[in-house]
Amino acid sequence: MARVLINVPRSARRGDVITIRTLIQHTMETGYRPNAQGDVMPRDIIRRFTCTYDGAVVFSAELSPAIAANPFLSFTTVATSSGTVTMTWEGDNGFAQTETRAIEVT
Amino acid sequence: MKRLLALLLLALPASAQDRRSGFEDMARETQAMQRDDMQNPGMLWVAEGEDRFNRDCTACHSEASMRGVAARYPAWDEATGAPIDLAGRISACVERHQRVAPPARESQPLLALTAYVAHQSRGLPISRPSDPRLAPALEQGRALYGERRGQLDLSCVQCHDDNAGRRLAGSTIPQAHPTGYPLYRLEWQGVGSLQRRLRGCMTGVRSEPFAYGAAEYVALELFLNDRAAGMLLETPAVRP
Ligand code: HEC
Ligand code: HEC
Repeated sequence: MARVLINVPRSARRGDVITIRTLIQHTMETGYRPNAQGDVMPRDIIRRFTCTYDGAVVFSAELSPAIAANPFLSFTTVATSSGTVTMTWEGDNGFAQTETRAIEVT
Repeated sequence: MKRLLALLLLALPASAQDRRSGFEDMARETQAMQRDDMQNPGMLWVAEGEDRFNRDCTACHSEASMRGVAARYPAWDEATGAPIDLAGRISACVERHQRVAPPARESQPLLALTAYVAHQSRGLPISRPSDPRLAPALEQGRALYGERRGQLDLSCVQCHDDNAGRRLAGSTIPQAHPTGYPLYRLEWQGVGSLQRRLRGCMTGVRSEPFAYGAAEYVALELFLNDRAAGMLLETPAVRP
């Protein structure tokens, strides 16, 4: 499991715009760089990030080899109801990680 | 004359010098990345170090007991009768007290533990190495810092004192204060130690760097800390 830092507000008022921020440890190896022996290292990147809020996708992103290691993502959504924010990262070599956070909306 | 001025400057109290952390020389975006723990990838290493510390070290230490430790390293190590840096201290603890093989220099576990321990001192001033037993190593560090090396025949002084603030290729030459280590370097795409940084400067002038863990690095670090005494620790810093 990759180490992640996630910032989802624990609580918000209905209608508030909330900011969700994520940072994940990942090499994001481009697939273009040679190693010390001169062989090109195979690509190993996160390809897709998806965030759902109570089952509905509120944000998703396609990541490319040009994105630096340990990608940081920040996006906003509107607090609608108490529920679960689910974040999924998927990538090369079967990389898949899902994290959830609860949010209470009053 | 320049030499004389340099000596005079050294004789002044630290606060009288216009010292600036490499932080000040960075682009605003990079500064923002360091300031915000959520955006600072170095915090991923600190979080890993915290898990390791809670698993392997709390039988004998507490988080609170680590506060201020990084600010007074390198320190004298009684067991070996030599100065030791923080990463060396942690390795020694694993070897002597936990009785398992110590993590290799620059390995992820050691960087994570060192980042975590040093992070407990963030915001604290670097203390001047005052233990008299450290004096010979401190002087060795001072000499190494002034010594020309490599095919480019340059000393640390020539870049970091004589030309600090000026540009070398794309980068601003910082004053070389070791305030943020271990730190996240964008160029490395990861966290690295002060020794890794020093190796970079040594290969930069096309000289053979010392091996990881060499006494010369500890000596240089002692001198850099003496020079930076009173400046605040930033671990984990971010640098370009
Ligand atoms: C079995 C007990 C024990 C364990 C486990 C242990 N230490 Fe220590 N540690 C000590 C003792 C005792 C000292 C005091 C110096 C000495 O005798 O080596 C010390 C000193 C230190 C110091 C220097 C503190 C100072 O004030 O200078 C650091 C840093 C440190 N340990 C880090 C760690 C870390 C990180 C771990 C886990 C990987 C760890 N230690 C595990 C016993 C332990
Ligand atoms: C040719 C000029 C040059 C020489 C000689 C040189 N450095 Fe550097 N050093 C740099 C540059 C440029 C940077 C910043 C690199 C960057 O930001 O990408 C740097 C960065 C550093 C840093 C990091 C500061 C921070 O904010 O983290 C330290 C410490 C350092 N050097 C120490 C040394 C020491 C010690 C020596 C002598 C062994 C040395 N340097 C020799 C150019 C030099």
